[in-house]
Amino acid sequence: MTSPLVSIRGLEKRFDLSGSFLEQLRFEGGRLRRKQEAVHAINGVNLEVQKGEALCVVGESGCGKSTVARTVMGLISPSAGEIHYGGQRIDHLDGKAALPYRRKMQMIFQNPYASLNPRMTIQQTLEEPIRFHHPDWTAQAVRDKIHEVMHSVGIDPDWGSRFGHEFSGGQRQRIAIARALAVDPEFIVADEPISALDVSIQAQVLNLLMDARESRGLTYLFITHDLAVVEHFGTRVAVMYLGRVCELADTRTLFATPRHPYTQALLSAIPKLEDDRPNHIRLQGEVPTPVNLPSGCVFHGRCPYANERCRQEVPMLIATDGGAQVACHAVEEQRL
Amino acid sequence: MALLEVKNLDVRFAVRGGDLTALRGISFSLDKGERLGLVGESGAGKSVAAFSILNLIARPGYIAGGQILFEGRDLAAMSERELRKIRGNRIAMIFQDPMMTLNPVLTIGTQMVEAIQAHRKISRKEARAIALDRLKKVQIPSPEKRLDQYPHELSGGMRQRVIIAIALLLDPEIIIADEPTTALDVTIQAEIMDLLLNLCEQENVALMLITHDLGVVSQVTRRMLVMYSGRIIEQGPTREIINDAQHPYTQGLINALPQMGEPGARLFQIPGAMPSLKNVPSGCPFHPRCNFATDQCKRAMPEYVRSGNVDVACYEVANLIEQEKRMQEAES
Repeated sequence: MTSPLVSIRGLEKRFDLSGSFLEQLRFEGGRLRRKQEAVHAINGVNLEVQKGEALCVVGESGCGKSTVARTVMGLISPSAGEIHYGGQRIDHLDGKAALPYRRKMQMIFQNPYASLNPRMTIQQTLEEPIRFHHPDWTAQAVRDKIHEVMHSVGIDPDWGSRFGHEFSGGQRQRIAIARALAVDPEFIVADEPISALDVSIQAQVLNLLMDARESRGLTYLFITHDLAVVEHFGTRVAVMYLGRVCELADTRTLFATPRHPYTQALLSAIPKLEDDRPNHIRLQGEVPTPVNLPSGCVFHGRCPYANERCRQEVPMLIATDGGAQVACHAVEEQRL
Repeated sequence: MALLEVKNLDVRFAVRGGDLTALRGISFSLDKGERLGLVGESGAGKSVAAFSILNLIARPGYIAGGQILFEGRDLAAMSERELRKIRGNRIAMIFQDPMMTLNPVLTIGTQMVEAIQAHRKISRKEARAIALDRLKKVQIPSPEKRLDQYPHELSGGMRQRVIIAIALLLDPEIIIADEPTTALDVTIQAEIMDLLLNLCEQENVALMLITHDLGVVSQVTRRMLVMYSGRIIEQGPTREIINDAQHPYTQGLINALPQMGEPGARLFQIPGAMPSLKNVPSGCPFHPRCNFATDQCKRAMPEYVRSGNVDVACYEVANLIEQEKRMQEAES
């Protein structure tokens, strides 16, 4: 197997909740105690993104999928673990050393109403990354490039002097995509790029992302909560739950034979057009808080197949016969 | 007689430079215990339609014409005082964001008791008993405890259950639910939809469900309306529309869903976007995005034609039906 373009190794991220030293002090049982609390957003994630693939990370709110995206991009630094790009470790780089990677890796955000600077024209928005990464380019070369990316995302290049607010949500997201493509990246992290858009517009943007992947040979890390989109767009899927990957498989395998009980529940919950009634697998309770993680398998509290081992021991991702990797004791013991 | 009958409803927003028409000629009815879906993309007017039924349109919006007949009485012509007896009592509403609907500084119990006492002369204790009963109905774990909790202490899914419990407090005839699960995760959404559906069936409550999710509409409702740019462009039995949509917009909306496409292939896409209210195209508002548009479509809004059990406003469909009729006549 060729070496992966991006590899995420043993990634962990905790967000401290307890504040400064004095705020951590509590008076309990007649004694002064220091209490520290943290949100355990990611707890040991290993993922490899191969060149040319579209790896989708799915999960419900609070599972850590966006944190994974942001750590990969270097927008937040990991608490533990490493990020490698093209064989080089990049998570500890800063400033100048990180610059070449910043050009190769670009990000598209969820909300195009927030990710475009309202005081910049489209021309300026698209010009900024090009000028930053190619200070030696002539004005004409920059203009040509902007013309090319605007054209490729289906925005009329004559609209460059307009501001973001003059465009609809779908058009704004196209502009955000154009901005990411302007510096000819290899790798794009897209964090819920279509969730804020209407159905008919979602299809347009999804088509655009697929076209860009084909024509520019892009690699995607695609974060979403929408499994229907994953089935359509992704080549591989990682399902996350409470900061851990519980199943990793080819899209086709995952949708045909979901193994992990959580993946099964998640798939059954998608409302399908042919359904006459909701027919989903009922889970007990709700997602626990990532502040106090459950012991053992993080899913055991809601899992119908959980036993004593699940409550004690954290399951590791294990390859199954079908080609999927599943972190579940029940699957490993062939109880499921 | 239908429980609720909306006839030719026009809603406008008075803004500088003239009125904007948000709803034009909306007509539909809702029977007792029926479940009706209202589908459309943002800006189609589905929320305005839901709000106007209870005359909750805030200024500068106003009902410019038409009737909203609830048990034969016109809600559009009613005084605020009379309306208040119906809102929350006979017709309840569930909104999208439970955190915005619940008062953050009052306990769940206080809010529920308040709602009951606004409509019925009963003691606090009796009201609390009703509240507890409804919380049990929506299957909230440890309901007694919830009465004394504040909204922020509950998760999103539980808050939406509380909202449903509040909607059920006074045994309404109709529940209007405006995107009740959009802010929730898929697994929670499935639970809430299932609950809402079961409760409406048990209590024989009519449900008007506003959503952009065709999958949810198909699971929960029996009849649906498709809205575009302030008009109903197609209405009929849900199954019939989902399986065999007539209007080019409805067809496009269904075909644009990733679950309809071959994985990895390009999705069907409708070009362009919904027009803003400031410049609604002439004639059929969908014509600039429609593959079948002719000059006729640009001139005037098409009348409804019936195809099967579905009413559609489209010249193309009308022409097809006409052709079919002629062929049949020629044969016989």
